[in-house]
Amino acid sequence: MSQAVGINFKKSSIDALIAGFMALILFGPIVGVVLDGYGFNAEFGRVAWMVGIVVVGRFIMSSFFQTEKGKALAFRYANNNEGVEVLPPGHKSKMVWIIPLVIVIGLVLPFIASKYILTVVILGLIYVLLGLGLNIVVGLAGLLDLGFVGFYAIGAYGLALGYENLGLGFWSMLPIAAIMAAVAGAILGFPVLRMHGDYLAIVTLGFGEIIRLILTNWASFTHGPNGVSAPLPTLFGLEFKRRSSDGQTFHEFFNLPYDSAYKYMFVYLILFVVVWAVLFIKHRLVKMPIGRAWEALREDEIACRSLGLNHVLVKLSAFMLGASTGGLAGVFFASYQGFVNPSSFTFFESALILAIVVLGGMGSTLGVVIAAFCLTVLPEVLREFAEYRVLMFGILMVVMMIWKPRGIVRVTRTGFAARKGVVK
Amino acid sequence: MTTLMEFKNVDVHYGPIQALKKVSLTVDEGEIVTLIGANGAGKSTLLMSIFGQPRISSGEIIYRGEDISQKSAHYVASHGLAQSPEGRRIFPSMSVEENLLMGTIPIGMDHAEEDMQHMFELFPRLLERRNQRASTMSGGEQQMLAIARALMSRPKLLLLDEPSLGLAPIIVKQIFQILKDVASTGMTIFLVEQNANHALKLANRGYVMVNGEIRMTGTGEELLVNPEVREAYLGGH
Repeated sequence: MSQAVGINFKKSSIDALIAGFMALILFGPIVGVVLDGYGFNAEFGRVAWMVGIVVVGRFIMSSFFQTEKGKALAFRYANNNEGVEVLPPGHKSKMVWIIPLVIVIGLVLPFIASKYILTVVILGLIYVLLGLGLNIVVGLAGLLDLGFVGFYAIGAYGLALGYENLGLGFWSMLPIAAIMAAVAGAILGFPVLRMHGDYLAIVTLGFGEIIRLILTNWASFTHGPNGVSAPLPTLFGLEFKRRSSDGQTFHEFFNLPYDSAYKYMFVYLILFVVVWAVLFIKHRLVKMPIGRAWEALREDEIACRSLGLNHVLVKLSAFMLGASTGGLAGVFFASYQGFVNPSSFTFFESALILAIVVLGGMGSTLGVVIAAFCLTVLPEVLREFAEYRVLMFGILMVVMMIWKPRGIVRVTRTGFAARKGVVK
Repeated sequence: MTTLMEFKNVDVHYGPIQALKKVSLTVDEGEIVTLIGANGAGKSTLLMSIFGQPRISSGEIIYRGEDISQKSAHYVASHGLAQSPEGRRIFPSMSVEENLLMGTIPIGMDHAEEDMQHMFELFPRLLERRNQRASTMSGGEQQMLAIARALMSRPKLLLLDEPSLGLAPIIVKQIFQILKDVASTGMTIFLVEQNANHALKLANRGYVMVNGEIRMTGTGEELLVNPEVREAYLGGH
């Protein structure tokens, strides 16, 4: 070859043509054919645009990866995606300053942001909770759970039905729902102790569907598809309604004009505290023997058992802790929506939560937080492109699996030592 | 010498298939006992049945005077039986140190530092690689790690399932030298092996297993010169 460093444009052109052809096949029927009554219109212009963008993009990308910089980038990605990075035991992250910063921003946010932004962020935080819960089960313990939405539903319906039947409010249901979900996690956990991988995924998928079908069909108790209303949290008995039938309302007590944003602010602040608490607990758990046991179980179950690890306890604890976090998220969801019905707990939700964990990086806490916000806040921000949301979702997944199969944030783990600096 | 572990007429079934047929053997304290046999003879089944995987269908496994055949795996592991499983089974994404610490699960972390120090004396290669991920080590080093990890629980009886599996002859030699060193500290070892030559040279006593039955027993030297064993397992030379 005469050109050692130069760009091989012929190769780039071929790449671009192939990509264009693929795009034509993909976009042709989806974008090019628009239904119009009983007939359809062929929109060749739109297809041409899409294909054109793909061709040009592929050409630029192909050329770029032939330059020195591109090669370096490709090399870094190709070599950097294997396994968990283990940091030395005494390692302290340089990014610790970011935690107080995030806390301050988080606390100031409800007082400056609009009601709309606040609701979007609340949804994001709920998904952070869900992601963290599933992360214990899938990311740490390596048990593929496709029915996680079941626990979410138990939490949400727990609040709604607990309020309706027993008169229990938000504050009493918060711990009770977590416990209920944990019990459900144990009930699911027992029969699947012997299962791995695909089989486990199918059983958990079934579990999620069973919960949803019960909610839909047990109409005398759950009101079926009509749903149930759920209460808002109260501040020491003060309600966030315009008028209260019993006792004072929040705005009356503080002599403020009524504003429906107050209730979202309040939900947001509680949720913010709970998310940080869960983050902290999870952070500590990973460093405790139980966290190590989860990770060991993910890596090699037979080795664990030969070492005398009680796999029943380890698996059940992962299921139960994950489920209880899901239950907490459910309570917040029900309270924030003020209403629950079974259509919020479909398999798509489970898939979304799993996507959060996978995109974030299996086992990585930071990654899960980032991914949860990406997947819930971005669709809201990109409202104009609402029709293409699922398409974008798919593209994002494919791109991620090619470039960052280990997730946004690569899992790094601080190694553990018996005691610092003893073994020389 | 007192008997540490004893199999009494043990039967094991996998569904309709009988894997062990009335197996009886004893391991005395301070001994190296080896069990040799061809592929599929039931060697690993026997070892796993100590941990209740699979459960035996009849007979008894007596360990220090107690029948452990119906106990759970973690009970057995926390009472002085440690296993280095077949195919090494180290934790690939954990560092060497972390793997060793995982070995302390049955007894807790009280002696962790001291024992780890001891392991690094016994296996200097592991000291060089203490902060390295275990999956990045060679097969021999991984086997050393698996043995060291088993020793971290301060076992009374060390069970080894084919430590020579998939290793180069020179590494196999090293591993057996290490086992000799371990045994010289007074450790009782029960070794399941296909590599009959090495195993019988190391062992005080040996059992030969064929199709789930104990066919022969004797001291290591006796079996090593036995014409039948030589024919079947030592390639006739």
